[in-house]
Amino acid sequence: MTILIALALLAAFSASVYMLSRRRAVALAEGRSASLHSLPGYHGTWVALWAGVPAALIIILFAIFGARIEDSALRAQVPAAVAELPAERQEVFWSDASAIARGQTPSEISYQGPIGEALAAKTAEARRLSVIGLVSVLALSGVLALCGVLLAYPRLSKDFRARNRVEGWTGVLLIACSTLAVLTTVGILGSLIWESMRFFQSVSPADFLFGTSWDPQIAMRSDQVAAKGAFGAVPLFVGTFLIMLIAMTVAAPVGLFSAIYLSEYAGPGTRATIKPLLEILAGVPTVVYGFFAALTVGPSFRAFFNWVGAMLVEGPMDPLGQYLMTVQNQMALTAGVVMGIMLIPFVSSLSDDIINAVPQTLRDGSYAMGATKSETVKRVILPAALPGVAGALMLAVSRAIGETMIVTMAAGLQAKLTANPLDTVTTVTVQIVTLLTGDQEFDSPKTLAAFGLGLTLFTVTLALNIVALGFVRKYREQYD
Amino acid sequence: MVTSMTLQPPLIRTAAPHSHNPAAVEPSKIVIRDVNVFYGAKQALDSVSIDIPGRSVTAFIGPSGCGKSTFLRCINRMNDTIPGCRVEGAIEIDGADVNDKTVDPVVLRAKVGMVFQKPNPFPKSIFENVAYGPRIHGIASSKSELEGIVEASLKKAGLWAEVSDRLNAPGTSLSGGQQQRLVIARAIAVNPEIILMDEPCSALDPIATARIEELIDDLRQQFCIVIVTHSMAQAARVSQRTAFFHMGRLIEAGPTEEIFTNPRESRTQDYITGRIG
Ligand SMILES: Nc1ncnc2c1ncn2[C@@H]1O[C@H](COP(=O)(O)OP(=O)(O)O)[C@@H](O)[C@H]1O
Ligand SMILES: [Mg+2]
Repeated sequence: MTILIALALLAAFSASVYMLSRRRAVALAEGRSASLHSLPGYHGTWVALWAGVPAALIIILFAIFGARIEDSALRAQVPAAVAELPAERQEVFWSDASAIARGQTPSEISYQGPIGEALAAKTAEARRLSVIGLVSVLALSGVLALCGVLLAYPRLSKDFRARNRVEGWTGVLLIACSTLAVLTTVGILGSLIWESMRFFQSVSPADFLFGTSWDPQIAMRSDQVAAKGAFGAVPLFVGTFLIMLIAMTVAAPVGLFSAIYLSEYAGPGTRATIKPLLEILAGVPTVVYGFFAALTVGPSFRAFFNWVGAMLVEGPMDPLGQYLMTVQNQMALTAGVVMGIMLIPFVSSLSDDIINAVPQTLRDGSYAMGATKSETVKRVILPAALPGVAGALMLAVSRAIGETMIVTMAAGLQAKLTANPLDTVTTVTVQIVTLLTGDQEFDSPKTLAAFGLGLTLFTVTLALNIVALGFVRKYREQYD
Repeated sequence: MVTSMTLQPPLIRTAAPHSHNPAAVEPSKIVIRDVNVFYGAKQALDSVSIDIPGRSVTAFIGPSGCGKSTFLRCINRMNDTIPGCRVEGAIEIDGADVNDKTVDPVVLRAKVGMVFQKPNPFPKSIFENVAYGPRIHGIASSKSELEGIVEASLKKAGLWAEVSDRLNAPGTSLSGGQQQRLVIARAIAVNPEIILMDEPCSALDPIATARIEELIDDLRQQFCIVIVTHSMAQAARVSQRTAFFHMGRLIEAGPTEEIFTNPRESRTQDYITGRIG
């Protein structure tokens, strides 16, 4: 709250500095605005930036890191009574001290005797530290704002190149934003790698990548900690691959053919109605596809296969019939088909762009040779668009293996090593979800396994995306 | 006025005299009467009538936007592929109207080849580019026959010597001038009767242009060629007959020499001497 008020005050201060400097520039011009190197507004903006930006930066940094700094200052001195406590209890003590200092509800543990005194002392210290922190930061930002004005304002003159200076500031701000985006990505990647390393300390990468049995629950029981083979991810990879394959079997032909229809056959009117419809399909949240799969597609597939099974029992194909009778709602086929439907607009709009980028002169050349539309599509347009279409399909594959919601709701949880599309399978993403939902301790191999899976998924999709984008870019260059 | 114009020296030097032997005038291959073309509501051609002889080169000249390409596309019905384009009037090849309901444009276009402004080889090998037409029209019954057609077409297009050792290289790996000759080879591989060329040299350098012009002069022995060009010198060099278009109308058509030395219309003369265009 105090921080927000401070920022608002700073903004008001910058605004008045702007007005002041602008007026000063107008005065410098002595009525002939053309005699100024830069428009008065640039002078105002430049001084206002010096007044506002460094101070705001300090305040924002404090808002992000202040609490952590205060916390470590608080813990610098551990009272003897606290040092005797077990590690988790110490954590609770520290968080209670901060909570009481901030006026929040502490845990229900009652502190008596020396610990109680220590708590009271540390609470008081925490309060003091937070006041010191806030006051010093506010003072520092005030000084920075004043210094900015005092240094910048006297430099205004007729020939001062405020316009170029403001341009420089704009560059700095834009670079800062893009750096932030890059740093965030690096940070995510770093934490993923770091946590995965911890996982691979307890389970060897070879066991993880090539083991064929996945049962992380075993590791929860202390008598079987990290039992060998419990973290073999092959069944997950196979399940992911199976569902991706089914999804692409649906999405690739349907998406590609609808793109061909839209770009080569459809008239402008049809195109204008179908394209937005496909785009709506692309905007449906995946959780909606998820319950469509779980509540509509799954049960109807099951009913269908059970019906076929009932027809076959006691016939020559009795075993197959018996099996089909036992098919459940959750199966790779359901998840794959619905995921394929989800990917259709993705594939078709990417392919549509790519087919449209095939130069008209090639179509004209083919028609002028007496080729029909379908001959032109098959023999000229598709070969020309092939690299781009391959790239689009790879992007779709990478979305399919990263897709979570549909498989969580429709594929199942059992890690089976099977290629049967009617069986329940589980995928990498589903396992990450199940490993991390609910209360988890963050250093058991079971939880860390999620990071191992995450890193694998990340590596595969990243590689796919890089290759795919390379294809698409090369294709674009070919026809520019 | 008229007499003074007949006495004028040629404005532009025209093709060798042998091509203008009046005794050897070919009968009309293409007869066009009162053709109007509309793009939506906009009229691009206004009652154009012209006779185009076989086995000779007819050049269409005129300022850009005057409808030369549009007119060329009427002859092989390429305007059908442009949404909103409507063609009226009679366009007869050997006495048969191309817009007749019984005429399949796919068959028509095998008879009327077309070469475009920008070389447009397909993303296939040199061989497959030339084999494209014979394949889709089922012209060759065996592989060796197909190879024979490809070789003969490349030879006619004057490209064989340059590509015979790399028929499997992509067509796009050739230079611009070679690509344009490849496209001509592709067009003549289906043995058309007419070849339409829409500014075939405007994307080429002078040397490549000279080679294409030589090629056109050779092909004249066998095909009826209609060429659109923005270069009057080119029209004078390669064509036997010239037609001048202006603002959607055919202003004047006749033997090339006559058009360039003694045009009947003052607008033609203005264009040829560079006063309009
Ligand atoms: N596809 C098209 N759609 C609409 N108008 C067109 C199209 N093609 C050509 N036109 C118009 O028709 C007229 C003649 O064009 P065109 O035949 O290309 O002329 P030229 O080849 O002589 O330069 C121009 O005014 C042009 O704007
Ligand atoms: Mg044109």
